[in-house]
Formats: sequence, structure tokens, C-alpha cells
Amino acid sequence: MPKSRFASFGRFRRSHEFWLLIVILVLCASLGAANGQFLTMQNLFDLLTSYAFVGILALGLLVVLIAGGIDISFTATASVAQYVTLTVANAYGANWVCVFAIAIGIGGTLGALNAIFIQKLRIPSIIVSVATLNIFYGLLIFFTGGKYIYSLPDWFATGIFWFEFDWGKDTSYGVNLQILALGFSFLFTWLLLNRSNIGRQIYAMGGNTDAAQRLGFHVFGLNMLVYCYMGVMAGIASLVQAQLAQSVAPTVLVGKELDVVAAVVLGGASLMGGVGTVLGTFLGLALLAILQNGIILLGVSSYWSPFFVGLVILISVSATAWSQRERRTRSARP
Amino acid sequence: MTTFLEMSGISKRFGGVHALRDVDLTLEVGEVHCLVGENGSGKSTLIKIISGVEAPEPGGRIVISGKEYPKLSPVYSTHCGIQVIYQDLSLFSNLTVVENIAMAHHLGGVHTVNWSSMRAIAMATMAKVGIEVDPETKVSELSIAGRQLVAICRALAADAKLLIMDEPTASLTRHEVNTLIKLVSDLKRSGICVVFVSHRLDEVLEIAERVTVLRDGAKVGTFAAAAIDGSKLSHLMTGKAFEYQKQVPDLAVGAVVLEVQGLGRDGDYDDVSLQLRAGEVVGLTGLLGSGRTELALSLFGMNPPDRGTMALDGHRVVLNTNADAIRRGIAYVSEDRLTLGLILDQSITSNVTLTVLERLAGAFGLIGTRARQSHVARWVAELGIKVSDPNNPVKTLSGGNQQRIVLAKWMATNPRVLILDSPTVGVDIRAKDGIYEIIRRLAREGVAVLMISDEIPEVLYHSHRVLVMREGRLTADVMAADTSEDALRQAVNA
Repeated sequence: MPKSRFASFGRFRRSHEFWLLIVILVLCASLGAANGQFLTMQNLFDLLTSYAFVGILALGLLVVLIAGGIDISFTATASVAQYVTLTVANAYGANWVCVFAIAIGIGGTLGALNAIFIQKLRIPSIIVSVATLNIFYGLLIFFTGGKYIYSLPDWFATGIFWFEFDWGKDTSYGVNLQILALGFSFLFTWLLLNRSNIGRQIYAMGGNTDAAQRLGFHVFGLNMLVYCYMGVMAGIASLVQAQLAQSVAPTVLVGKELDVVAAVVLGGASLMGGVGTVLGTFLGLALLAILQNGIILLGVSSYWSPFFVGLVILISVSATAWSQRERRTRSARP
Repeated sequence: MTTFLEMSGISKRFGGVHALRDVDLTLEVGEVHCLVGENGSGKSTLIKIISGVEAPEPGGRIVISGKEYPKLSPVYSTHCGIQVIYQDLSLFSNLTVVENIAMAHHLGGVHTVNWSSMRAIAMATMAKVGIEVDPETKVSELSIAGRQLVAICRALAADAKLLIMDEPTASLTRHEVNTLIKLVSDLKRSGICVVFVSHRLDEVLEIAERVTVLRDGAKVGTFAAAAIDGSKLSHLMTGKAFEYQKQVPDLAVGAVVLEVQGLGRDGDYDDVSLQLRAGEVVGLTGLLGSGRTELALSLFGMNPPDRGTMALDGHRVVLNTNADAIRRGIAYVSEDRLTLGLILDQSITSNVTLTVLERLAGAFGLIGTRARQSHVARWVAELGIKVSDPNNPVKTLSGGNQQRIVLAKWMATNPRVLILDSPTVGVDIRAKDGIYEIIRRLAREGVAVLMISDEIPEVLYHSHRVLVMREGRLTADVMAADTSEDALRQAVNA
């Protein structure tokens, strides 16, 4: 049906994602022109690898935001999951399946705690997650004394490197753990949100909780799932980060929450719930990565990076709000 | 005729308030049944019990298609084919028309989404109802009438046998109402029982076979629509205990206090000119969405107009914020007193003194306890508010007394112009009478009162002059003594 394809392209052209894509293309073109290093395979793979941690967390947060909640405790969850998992792996030995199972289990459990407080006691999710962020992190620092873990199991430190191929003289690329986990997370989250009835229930609940309840949706169960999903993503992201850093540092992850929030909000997800897409989150993540990377490649002091990220968020969110207001006033009265 | 639903002895209490008292209701297969009653008469509560959202007090009996239930749950009642279209429509405005209509597809255990079958379901019901919109548009982009059709489609897609519509016409134009009435008679022919909840009597009589009247939570009776007329119905709804005379303006009606010329705001209202005189109660009525609340907010400085002029005592004023308006002696009692007019968890004292904190402040801007107490005591006595302890939270009071607290809060500012938006919504008839008495007294004291209301008898019998708004324009400005309910109703609906 060419007509409907045309209509759906028309809808895409009016979407937040379309404008994001344009901005990214323009930014890529100009950064590529300014610095030959930018548009290289090397840089692309490096960006994917180093933004895998933020990206995986962003997907978890996307699901929470669509459901109408918010969670910022995920960095503390990730720190706990990382520390416990690799301590266990060091002490008792483990393999990839084991470490992921442990990290996912810890993440899911901590997410479930959030869900219980938010849903059973009806405390706003922002307050609960601020509190649990501090509790999880505080307990971790107390029990570990903030000590780093430098010696990781050999197989973990080596990581994985699939589909290796050579490029040019002496550079080789391959799919590493980070890219694999990022790709898997994107695929799975996309399937959850667009191809499963649960994902659609999450959208509906985020759009109108009362109506969802009236239709007989299991609102508590959905929220439980959503916060557990966030926790699971934090567990996966934590291992990805530890493998890349080749160490476990209990103090370095907490504080990175706002990068994740930035990527998701740039991607068009609404803090009011019900709105946000996996594609948007990918583009938001890409924009964040390109901005931060571009600033470094242009030789601008990296102290400017937060300033530009903030500026871009403000501009993008204002532009969306503005266009929505325009459309509303135009359709208010015929 | 076969009976689809039979309920008897249904009661419901919320805190100390009897929302429903021993109500019976029988609905036949394929009938159009109207449920009428004033605001607060228990219509909405009855619907919530039928749809399983609220459980009735023990002792009631509900029989659906011959099967008895002590109470219902949303899942049971959906299973029995009961579908409610609430006044808010309960749609998911962030999702597409297709997904809203076929939302039931998402229920049940974990499964993959079959988008093409959802689309087929949606297209089939849309064809049945006759809507022509792009099924992939988001519901947020549709008009109110379009959204309502989507809600009806959703109910039909869920295999509705009983379709309850709560105030479906409240924000529709006359033309859209006609389309809806035609649709309802089509549904009836296909064997669906439709319950129409409304307080628009003309529509009720046009569409219904039987009418059940509720008043103050009790059932007055069920009547054949053919055997009843508008004036009898309004008599049944309001009861005869309170008969009001039309208000004849006092000769003392004074100078023009507020004058508005050619006021307009894009998307809200346009070309509005009116005068409010000291000592006069002016009623303003119109449908939801007619622009009446938007106009009132503009007069209170909260919705600045794009065009036109406003003058207070003959001097031109521009009100950019409500602080400007309050300073110039304009007070506004909002429609939704529970969320906008009162801070329910705070004490009566805090609420009553909220608007006059500056005046009560003594040295260093601090407010003495004694000043507060005497201020509150004065207003509690003046308005006859029944208060056991002024330090109790406002939410412990009844609806009528809460409304008086809101009035006290604003009267304490000594307003010259008092705008009341739907001042008697959700209060019972006795409390209404008390509020009317307060309004009359304020007028006698020289305040210019603008009273907005949905209820035509209310504006007719409690104002000196009546204004009607329709589609953003002022369409009538008549003395209450020179008009009638029917004439006003016609001006409102046209």
C-alpha cells in the first residue's frame, strides 16, 4: 500500500525522531569535515563500546519513563551488582552465564524493592529512588570500604571478540562484549515495547493509569516488571562497564545518572509517561555520544562538555514543547 | 422483553455521606434508558457500581442475565458485556485509534501483538459506527466528538451488551449530538442496551424509552419517556421542597463596577461585551467548552485576552496575573474546589486566612495567632459554617461546608466583583439553599456577583440577569424575569 507508506512517512516527518536524525546528520557532517578522525570505523566502534553502559541503562530508564515513573537509583544498583558479582566470581570461580545470572538477579531484586515502595506505599517514584540510591550506595561503601577490585578472572578480563576482521594495516575490529550487550538490549527492549502485549500495556498505563485500571490491567504487576527491568538492565550494564574498565570501582558509577536521563529525554521520552521510543532513545544516545566525542576531537576543553549537553537538551525539549503548543492552538477551534 | 440487569437495595456511603440509598434499577435488552438527576444525585456512583469500580454496601443484589452477584469487579462486569464510557472517555491519548479500539487484544497472558488483527478489528468497528479518520492517528489529535466515537468503537469491539454513557453530550455541539443520537438508535436495533446519563432534559426525552430519576442518592422512580415532559422531569429531579422565585433586581442596583468591551482570546472566546453592576447577581451559562470558564479566568487575570478592554469603575485596567485582579477587588471561586479552591489537608484556619495573610500580618510580617483566630471565628459565624474545631483539616467537613469555607476565604478579601464558577456542584439541595442565601446577601451588600453554572434553573432563579455563551460567543443577555427555562435551554443548545 504505497499510500499508507506515504502517510506513515508523513507522520515520521513530524516526529521528534525525525528532527533528531537531521540534527545528528548535520552534526556528523560538520564534525567529519572539521576532523578526519571523526568519521572513521575506529571512532564508530570506540563510541559504541564506550557508550554501551549509558545506552543499556537508557533502555531500562526508557521503559520506566513510558510506564509513567522514574528511577535514578540504577547507578547504585549497578555498583552493587558489579561488586557482588565479581567478588563471587573471584572467590568461587564462574563463567559468563554465571556472572550475568548473578548480576541480573541482584539488579532485578533491587528493582523489585523500588517497585514495592512505589506501588504499595504510593510514594512518588522520584523520592523512592533518591532514597534507595543512597541506601544501596551507602551499604556498598560501608561493606567494601570503597576498595577497588583490580584483579578480575582472566576470562572476564579478556572479554569476547567475535567476527574479528582486519581493517587497513594493523587495526582489527570485532563485536566485543559491550557492543553485543548493547545490541541485544536494544533488540530485546524493542521487542518488549512493540511486539509484546505487555509492552503495549506499559504504554497504555503510562498514558492513562485510571483508564488502564478500569480496563483490568494489572497495574501493580506491570510496575513491578518495569522496575525489575530497569534493575536487570543495570545488572547487565554493570558487567559491561567492569569489563571495559578492567576493574570494579564502587565509587565511579554513582553520579552518571544524569547522562542516562539526558540520553532518554533527548530521545523524546516524556517524564509525564506514555511517550518514548527505542529509536528515539538510540538517537538520543547517539547525539549525546557525538556531542561529547566531538568536543574532544575539536580540541575544546572537556570541561565544556556538560555545558553543551545541557544546552542541547534545553533546546531540544523546548523545540518539542513549542511545536506541540503550536499544533494545539491550531487545532483548538476550527 | 428480556431483562439484562436487575439491581435492588443498592446503597453506597463515602465517609459520612450517603451517595446512594436503597436504589433499584432494571434494564431490558435493547432499550435506551436514561438516568437523570442533578449533580450529586448519585448517578455516577450508581454507574461505578454497575461497572464494578465501587462495591455497594452489603445487602444489595445484582442480577445480570439471570446470574446473581453480591458485587461486581471491573473484570466480571466487562465479561458480562457491560461497557462504560466515562465522561473523561478513558482513552489512551498517547496511542493510535487502532490500538485504543482494539485495546482488549492486549489483555490476557503474555503474547505477541498481532497488529494486523488489531487493525482488522478496529476497521470493522469503525465501519459499523461510521467514523472516517486515519486509524493510525493518535487519539490526542482528534476532536472531542472524534474521541467519543473512538470510545464507542472500543466498547463495541469488546462485545458490549450494555453500553453506559456518562454525560456523553456535555461537550458536543448540537450537530454532533444528533449524530450520536442516531448512532444510539442503531445500537439499540442491534440489541444493545444503552444507558444514557445526562442532565439535559430535552435530549433525555428525545432518545429514551424509560427514564429513571435520582435525587439526593435515592430513586424517585422510573417513568416511560412518552408519559413525561420536561417540566415534570425537572420537578422530579429537583424536588418541590425548594421552590424559588425569579430574582427581581433591587432598585438599589448600583453603578457599573466591571465593564468589558469586545474581549477575545484565540481558541477560547471572542467579541464578548458585558457589564456587572454593584448589587447584581449575573448568571452565566453555556455548555462545557463554550468558553465560559475561560472568560471567567480572563476576568480574574489568569487567561489574558488577546483583544478588547476591561474597565473597573470606569477606569481601564489590564490584568496580567490573578494577583492584579485580587488587588483590584476581584475574587474567583473555582469550579473544582477540591483541587483548586481548598488545601484539603490543611486546617480550616489556614484555608480561611490564605487570601488575607498580608492584611493579618503585624510587626515584621509575622502573623499573630490571635489575629488569625478572631478572623476565622468571625467568618465561621457570619456564614453559619458548622465547625467543631477550626484546627481540623478542611477535608473533615461536608461538601456544603467546604464550599462555604471557599466563599469565606474570598469574602474576607472584601471583593467588589465575585466570580463563582459552578458554586453548587456536588453539594446537596439544602446546602445549595444556604449558598444561594449567601450570594443574595453579598449582592445586597453591594458586591457584583458573576455566577457560572451548568444548571439552567440555577441561573434563572438565582440571578437578576442571565448571560448565555455558545461556541465562544455571548449569545444572550436577558433579565431573569423576562425569560424562561425553555428559552434559556434553547439559547444554550441552539
